[in-house]
Amino acid sequence: MRMPRLTILLTATAVLTSALALAASAAEVHVLNWKGYGADEPWAIAAFEKATGNKVVNDFFNSEQEMLTKLRTNPGLYDVVMINAAFNDQAMAEKLIQPIDVSKLSNYADISPDKAGSPMLDHDGKVYGVPWVWGLTALAINEKSFDKPPTSIAVMWDAAHKGRVVIRDDAVEAVQFGAIATGQNINDIKDMEAVKAKLTSLMPQIKTFWSSENDWNQMVASNQIDIGTYWSGSADRAKTHFKLPVSLVIPQEGAVAWLDAFSIPVGSKNVEGAEAFINYMIDPAFYVEWVTKVGAPVSANTKAVAALPEDAFNRKVMGDPEVAKRIQFQAPITDAQREAYLALWQQLKVDVK
Amino acid sequence: MAAQSATATRSGLRSALPLLAPAYLWLTVAIFLPLSAMVFFSFMTELPLSGKPWAFTLGNYAAFFSQSLYLTLLLASLRLGLEVTLWCVVIGYPAAYVLAKVLKGRSREAIFLLVILPFWSNGLVRIFSWAMVLREGGILDTALNAVLPFKINIDLMYSYPAVIIGLVHSYVPYMVLTCYLTLQAIDDSLIEAGRSLGATRLQVLKRIIIPLSMPGLVAGAALIFVPVVGSFMEPRILGGRTGTFYGTVIEDQFVAVFNWPLGAALSFILLAVVLVILAVASPVLRRAA
Repeated sequence: MRMPRLTILLTATAVLTSALALAASAAEVHVLNWKGYGADEPWAIAAFEKATGNKVVNDFFNSEQEMLTKLRTNPGLYDVVMINAAFNDQAMAEKLIQPIDVSKLSNYADISPDKAGSPMLDHDGKVYGVPWVWGLTALAINEKSFDKPPTSIAVMWDAAHKGRVVIRDDAVEAVQFGAIATGQNINDIKDMEAVKAKLTSLMPQIKTFWSSENDWNQMVASNQIDIGTYWSGSADRAKTHFKLPVSLVIPQEGAVAWLDAFSIPVGSKNVEGAEAFINYMIDPAFYVEWVTKVGAPVSANTKAVAALPEDAFNRKVMGDPEVAKRIQFQAPITDAQREAYLALWQQLKVDVK
Repeated sequence: MAAQSATATRSGLRSALPLLAPAYLWLTVAIFLPLSAMVFFSFMTELPLSGKPWAFTLGNYAAFFSQSLYLTLLLASLRLGLEVTLWCVVIGYPAAYVLAKVLKGRSREAIFLLVILPFWSNGLVRIFSWAMVLREGGILDTALNAVLPFKINIDLMYSYPAVIIGLVHSYVPYMVLTCYLTLQAIDDSLIEAGRSLGATRLQVLKRIIIPLSMPGLVAGAALIFVPVVGSFMEPRILGGRTGTFYGTVIEDQFVAVFNWPLGAALSFILLAVVLVILAVASPVLRRAA
């Protein structure tokens, strides 16, 4: 007599829990993105929730590989995922993301044609990623340490800044940075030995390897560093939002450019909500508020950039044709290349110990 | 007689089974299965999760021997483990002695609380507070310069000593707790007898207290050494340029390049090395204990 009652109780609990889970997931949009990168702004979530009735649940990753791992190990959990265009190909090949019906996105038509037509995002005439923002991995300086901003990448090797230089703990970024410093194409590095030699001579300059925006900003706030590699949107955010003495430098040798896009994972339980969220993320109203309140990279939506004041950094500097000539967009990287880059990067880090 | 005792054992086991089952079930599900999966992964060329064809290989283990990098880092991590353990003994043992033999009542409770307090805070919070203390212009630097008549410049952040400080702070409570338990169990009359028979304080320490508390020291050292060798969070945050260790390289394989097979193989090599060290050390330590 006792056992059946227990069974009934357990069954009832299980049914109730799954019913609750189902009811909750129907109107939820699970978003996977970098932390502090637009999609988790409280004012934006509030506005979106009010307009569409969907509840936003944010989850975060610390590297593109972690993002892919989360998609692989949690099929069906996420509805929207932010993927660097260079990884879109891999995500599609692994069947992690599905084609997007862009006719449902009213703002898609305003995306600049060179971004919307990117071969990294469109496969077989289907759109697998909606371009959101683009930016640069360039240099940023602590304004207190420079009378006038440097123009050359060589400043990273300047003995005057020894022990006050930072670089991100990321093998691909480090190698591509070395490629730019040695005047090579970042997507077709011919002379890897030159890159290695250049980075080897950089290592003694370095204070630490940063991994998040927060690391970088804290080191500037406590005046521990002079210069380092940084993302354009983060530098803007550090200045606008955190009022730190940070400014971005796009060296004459060039910089790495990247394009971030939104995709919908295979198995999403709320595709409609996902489409609404992506459409809101590329909306000029959201973008202008994001830039003004927080600081952001450059929107892929031409109308959104045009809505900024004329002297805004993202419109004036990043829209400058002279800058456009210098930058190199990241192309996809194979797993073998990535492992080779990591081996090189680890060797460099061990040699400097 | 023998049959009877066998039955007794069996029935004892049967009545103990309901008590043991939850623990063994938990161990199987939470530790044995994931660990076996990792052993399995470490012999594969690709992870089946990624949807690519895979095969069995020894290549991941061969990778350790083909590059000097991994051995260099493993030695650095073992050295880190030894240094941290040593500092934990130097700091933790006297503290445990004072707690067990000198302090009584309320004051003992208060000090005990202070020792355990770090356990109640999150590990990352502890590391970031160290970052605030150790950096140039940080709390330590400012405080010392406010007191001292001459100017000194303390910038320990992003260095090897910072990693040691962070790890010792995280792990010293283990040493205090294990030593406290064995020290408290030492009968005070043994110490008094030694003293009354003319032994000096140092002789009492060397001949009575240390030998009797050896099991606690050994247990504490093992509890500290093993996790420190594989640590990656403290070196990464506090070590800066010098913070690359065996644990951080394993973490990179899992997080940065999604090469779980190599990461798993490196982890099991570490496990094997640690087991060998403990096996070699155990007869010596057992004799000492």
